[in-house]
This record gives sequence, C-alpha cells and structure tokens, in this order.
Amino acid sequence: MLLAVASLAALFFFPLWQIRLDAAQFPGGLQLHIWINKVSGTDKNIIQNINILNHYIGMQAIHPDSIPELKYFPLINYLMIALGLVFAWINKSMGFLTWTIVLVLLGILGLYDFYLWLYDYGHNLDPKAPIKVEGMTYMPPLLGKKDLLNFKVQSYPHWGGLFLGMATVFGGLAFIKKNRK
Amino acid sequence: MILNKNALLLLMPVLLTGMISCNNRDSSQLIHGDAAQKAYVPPGEYDEFYAFLSGGYSGQITVYGLPSGRLFKEIPVFSQYPENGYGYSEETKNLFNTSYGFVPWDDSHHIELSQQNGEFDGRWLFVNGNNTPRIARVDLTTFETVEILEIPDVAGLHCSPFITENSEYLVSGTRFSVPIPQEDVPIDTYKENFKGLINYVSLDQEHGHMDLAFQIEMPGFNYDLARNGKAVSHGWSFLTTYNSEQAHSLLEVNASQMDKDLMAIVNWKKAEEYLAAGKFTERETSYYHNLMNEGSGIVNSEERTTTKILDPKECPDMVYFIPVPKSPHGCDIDPTGEYIVGNGKLSADMSVYSFSQIMQAIEEENFDGEFDGIPIINYEAGLHGIVKKPGLGPLHTEFDGRGNAYTTFFISSEVVKWDVESKEILDRQSTFYSPGHLVIPGGETRNPDGKYLVAMNKITKDRFLPTGPEMMHSAQLFDISGEKMELILDFPTKAEPHYAQAIAAEKLMANSKKFYPIEDNTHPYATMGEGNSKVEREGDEVHVYMTAMRSHLAPDNIEGIKVGDKVFFHLTNLEQDWDVPHGFAMQGATNAELLVMPGQTRTLLWEPKKPGVFAFYCTDFCSALHQEMSGYARVSAQGSDVPLKWGLNEELSDNREAANTFYEQAKARASQ
Repeated sequence: MLLAVASLAALFFFPLWQIRLDAAQFPGGLQLHIWINKVSGTDKNIIQNINILNHYIGMQAIHPDSIPELKYFPLINYLMIALGLVFAWINKSMGFLTWTIVLVLLGILGLYDFYLWLYDYGHNLDPKAPIKVEGMTYMPPLLGKKDLLNFKVQSYPHWGGLFLGMATVFGGLAFIKKNRK
Repeated sequence: MILNKNALLLLMPVLLTGMISCNNRDSSQLIHGDAAQKAYVPPGEYDEFYAFLSGGYSGQITVYGLPSGRLFKEIPVFSQYPENGYGYSEETKNLFNTSYGFVPWDDSHHIELSQQNGEFDGRWLFVNGNNTPRIARVDLTTFETVEILEIPDVAGLHCSPFITENSEYLVSGTRFSVPIPQEDVPIDTYKENFKGLINYVSLDQEHGHMDLAFQIEMPGFNYDLARNGKAVSHGWSFLTTYNSEQAHSLLEVNASQMDKDLMAIVNWKKAEEYLAAGKFTERETSYYHNLMNEGSGIVNSEERTTTKILDPKECPDMVYFIPVPKSPHGCDIDPTGEYIVGNGKLSADMSVYSFSQIMQAIEEENFDGEFDGIPIINYEAGLHGIVKKPGLGPLHTEFDGRGNAYTTFFISSEVVKWDVESKEILDRQSTFYSPGHLVIPGGETRNPDGKYLVAMNKITKDRFLPTGPEMMHSAQLFDISGEKMELILDFPTKAEPHYAQAIAAEKLMANSKKFYPIEDNTHPYATMGEGNSKVEREGDEVHVYMTAMRSHLAPDNIEGIKVGDKVFFHLTNLEQDWDVPHGFAMQGATNAELLVMPGQTRTLLWEPKKPGVFAFYCTDFCSALHQEMSGYARVSAQGSDVPLKWGLNEELSDNREAANTFYEQAKARASQ
C-alpha cells in the first residue's frame, strides 16, 4: 500500500502525459508535457511556440493559468495520498479496495477531462483563422499517432501516467494480499 | 645534405623550371581518386572545423566549414551591412565612431581567436582594421561584433591583433610611421620626426573588454607582422619590420636596399614592471572605445584622451632587435615556442631563430651595435639555421604539431613543407595562384590540429567560371595528414581573405546561442508584449514601440506622423524560437533595413519627406503568412492636426491585460 502512495507522490516529479509534434522544420520535434499541476515541454518557450503555430489554424492559445484542473488536481492527489496513508495505518483489505476503486474512477474521470480539453482545442476553432482546411479538425489523439496537416502528432503517457497506473496496481495487489490472509 | 654555393647556383634554374611547370592550370594531374570523398560532407552532416577568414577590403569576416568549403555566414565587422542593418540601426551605428568621425569601412586582415594555455578556447575572436587603426571583438556565442577599440597615433594597423597565450594582450604595431603627436612637418623630415608604436591592448578575462594598456615608442620603421611567444617563450613578442632604410617615397625600391631589416623582440613582462613602476609618460591623444551592452544591444561610444608611453631608451632590457633577411613579412613561432621563423619576402632564404639562443645572446650581451638605443642582437648568435632556397617570396608559416612547418611562397605559388628541427624540405605543392596566408586549424597554437591546410590565394585567373574582370579569390584545401600534402578542394572566398584561423567545431557548437532570451532584454525602447505596443511623440521625434510575432507587426496602422518628423521604429522580436528572425523595411527610409533576432530590439530611423501613406513590411520570410506581415504609416503635412493614432486589429489590442503580463511570464519561465 505504501508503494501505491509513493507512486502517487511521484506525480509531482514526472509529467503524466506527453504530446509530441514532428514536422520537417522542427528537428527533434516539439514536446508538450502535461503534469498534474503544469504544462511544460522541450524548452521554457514551448507553449508560446505551439500557440504561434496553432493560431494559423484558429486553435485557441494554451494558457496554463486558465486551466482550473491544474489547480485542483494536485489537491485531489494530496487527498488521495493522505487517504492512502490513513488506510495503510488502518490496514484493512476493504480500505485498500475502496482506495483503489476511487483512484481508478478518478483516473478515468481525469482521462475523460483530458479528452474534453483536447476535443475543445481541436474543434473549437476561430472562424477568422487564416488557414482553414475544409472538414479538418485538429484534435490530437488521446493515445497513439495522427497526422494533422504537416505535423505527425503522437500522444502517450509519460512517467507520471505510468506511476498513476502503478499506484492502482499496487493498491489492487495490497487488497489481494490482505484478502488472502 | 650539404651543398656548396656553386652547386646551389647550378641547381637554381632547375628548381625554377620545376616550379614553373608545376604552375600548369591543369591541376587534375595533382588530384587523386579519393580527393572528393575527403572534402565531402554529406547533406545533414556537420563539418569538422569552423574557419574564420578575414575579408580584407570588405572589412568583414566570413565563416566557412572545413573540409567542405561551405560558406556559413558573413560577420559584419568594419563595414556597414545593409543586409541586416549593422552600422545603420541606432543601436549599432556607434561601433563606427572614431577620432576621425564615423568611418563605415575598413580593411580587415588578421583573425585571432582567444586562447587559454596556448590553445583556442572559443570565447572571442579579434580582428584588426588596417586603415583607421582599430581592433574589433566578435562574441563567438552570437557571431556578432560587440566591441571596437581605436588605436591612437598609428597608421595602417596591419601588424595586429596578435594574442598572447592566455589572452592577456593583443599586440599590434604601426605599419606606417608618422609624426607623434601628429603635426604639420615636411615629409622628408621622416628620420627626425616619424616614429612607430607597438601597442599592448589588455583583455578583461571575464568579458573580453579591450583596454589600451600601454604603447612602446619605437624607431620609424614599418612594423609588419608579429607573434607572441608561447610555452618557453611566453612573455615575449616578436615583430618583423621593413624599411629600416627609413625611406618615405618609392618604398618598393628605397625600402629594399639593405640586405637585412630588423625584427623587434619585446619583453612584455618587463614592460609591465616598468608600467607598474610608473616609468611611463602620459600623452594627450584621442581615440574611441565602442562597446555593445549585452542586455540592450546598444553600443556606447566613449572618447579616451590619454595613453601611456614607454620609451625603450629609459626602459633597458625591454626591447631588442635582431637582423632578418631583406624585407621580412611573416614572423611565426612553432608549437614548442622555441623556434621563430622570419620570412624574408625578398630573400631566397628563410631564417629560423632559436629562442634559447636569443636569450643566451642577451645574457652575454652579444650585440652588434644599437639603433636608437635599442641593442641589436648578433644575427648568427640567435640563429637556429637557414632554410636554404625553399622557394621564392616566403610569406607565412603555420605548423602541424608533428615537427613540420608549412610556408607559403607568393612568387613561386606554392606551399612548402619542411622540418623545423633539421630545416630539410619535405614536400612542395602548387597553389592557384600566389598564396598569401595559409591556415592549419590551431596552426599557431601550442596544440595544432594538423589535418587540413588552407592556402588563401591572391590571384584567381582561370580557376572558376569567369565573372568579368572582378572575381572571387580562390582558396585551396590540402589534406596534410599524410607524408605528402594532397590537394582535395578548390573553393571561392569573399573579398580578400588575409589571415584566417580555424577551430574544432565542437569547441563552438554547444555555446552557439539560438536566440536572445527576452527576459534579458534591457533595451529602454523594448516592447514587452504586443499589448504594450504604442506610439509616442516628443517634439518632432516619434517613437514607435513595435513588436513582431508570426505573422504581424504591432501596431500595423500608424497615423499622425508629420513631414519633418524623425520617426524611430523600435522593433522588438517577441519570438523565442530558433531561426525566426523578423525583418523591417520602410518605404522611403534612406538608410537600410533591420533584421531583428528573437528577443532583440533594433531601431530604424525614418524621416518622411512628403505626405501620403507609406508601406512597411517584414523582409525575412518568417512563415506561411509572411507576405501579410505589413502595415501602413500615414504622413500628414507639417502643421496638420491629424491626431497620433495607432492600432492593430481591435480584437488583439483588447487583449491588453494578458499581454501586459508577458514580461512577468517570460521571467517566470526563465526561472523554472
């Protein structure tokens, strides 16, 4: 159980998800890292540089300050860490199960929320955009690869995403182990 | 092998015929099968070396890759450069200030890369301006000229700017002696009134800032080229001179009469002692120091009015002379610091001196008289030996670090490889035609990278497709890794390269700046964020605080300018990505354009002469919507009441608040 809690704590040190954009003019590609509490990337100017590219096709600018999730997701994570510690202290199998189920549900909700943001960025386009391609929307894939105009976009979990997955696995294992005794 | 004089005389015609037949245009006979492969750098691959070539009469520097011979960049130094606004923009024009006023051209000759422990460290590059004596510093993180220091009371700063092995000093000498201080005297009073100066410019080790530390007053000769000692000879400078005849007219004859001229040898550590002991005289003069501020990119120009002079007559053991065969040119020191090669350009022989023998001769006071109180060391006492009949017109020598020297021969048009210790000639290869300087990467340092040699030729003739009477100069690249030099590439070079230096690419690549961080921009007219763009009037000056970001200029509509106004466009490039410069051109501006790098602010002055609406636009194809990156400035008649107004598409200017936080955000990003 403590391993599960430690995995959650790791979310503050590693990005959850990465979106990688590759095009001929960008040797090495552009990488956007989505953390539980911030958005970063290849270098400190990544958001400005992606916003400049996106404005041609009418996508909204990414303003991390205006994404409320980046503020309350860390609080939820602290809460889950605290709960995990409490359940570890109580040391009951049902406690572990409850914690794991809540975490899985939160994870699914988080992914759905991420999907909604991606959908909004990809579809909610400025009608005055300089470049309009008939029938084209620019939603990055939630998971996998997609060609969007000159960019090849790849979206995969980063270390933080893996740690979140591991937290649920460790939580589940703790429950199974406790239940057998 | 010892040859007596008669045998040599008999051999001379044979040698000469050999040289002439080598100068056949058809060099294909010299090219081996794999030459192309050796100079070939496949697409997308990098060259092994950066080579910095001076531009001679262009006043600039060009940057080539070796071994490909590809041109990467021209760095504007001593000449205005309308291509990017260098010397035209309000920020950079002060670089050209001198005691003669604004001098927008010069003749750049010798490249010196900064050194530590006798090796290139890749921080700065120095180059001299010959005509209006000055030295420039180029920052090798940006490849931009950031400082120019004028040298007072000299004429033709050819002998310059030779660096010491820990970048303590840049040493230079006057090519033309002149009255000091300048005064109206008959030219034929040369011998009484004309003097030479050897100048020591100190370098601030942290920032590279130049400062004229002291000048040594010397007899009125022509000081031609120099090198500083290294390793064993560190602390000494060696300068060749010609015209010890002290002629002032028809020098080609009158300065070529004596069998030997003199090489000056300066103990600069001793000079430092005299300076510290106050044995200098301070003289009133005038010279300019122009320095670019790192944060704002603005050049501050300052006149300096005094200089410290050391007189060898009052400072014994500081300066010596030693005879050198007839009108020497190059003066080059081998990687060990022990051997000094004096190339007598009108002599058939080359003298190689030994530093330890020179020191011994000084110790034993083995002198042959003196000139103006400066002891002349006995020629034979300092001589390591003579390289006999190596070719005709020896000019410059570089070294490969394996005990070999390579010398260019202007008249016989060849490069000759010889053994420094034994003075034996090992190989000779023709160049096309008449080489001046040559360069081996690190070839003047303690640790040369003896893989390639570039000969920079003065004459091109038929090497390339003809382009009318004026042609690019030609350079030849040799692979010198084997026993014999192998010609592997011919390439044209811009203007007239004199000296060049080449450095391993890895020493510079990692430090090369991709853009200027906007949070470091301290320009007083910088516009931090589009929402801060504005237009202000102060009397008849109009200041436009303009930003550039793909793909618009803000503001792009300006009204209320009047005929007779001075309009300053302060353009800040808000981009923070590699290779996204924006340009700015204003119709009717009589100066140039601006190229503004990401994070930089540059200013163009426009003085509208008639009413109307005039277009401005971005000149650097920055994006798919570059053609749309433009705007209009409305000019009204003098005394009209059109109010000052500016804007960009309303929607964007509404976002003022967001834009105002731009600077803070940039700072926060930087601290992450």
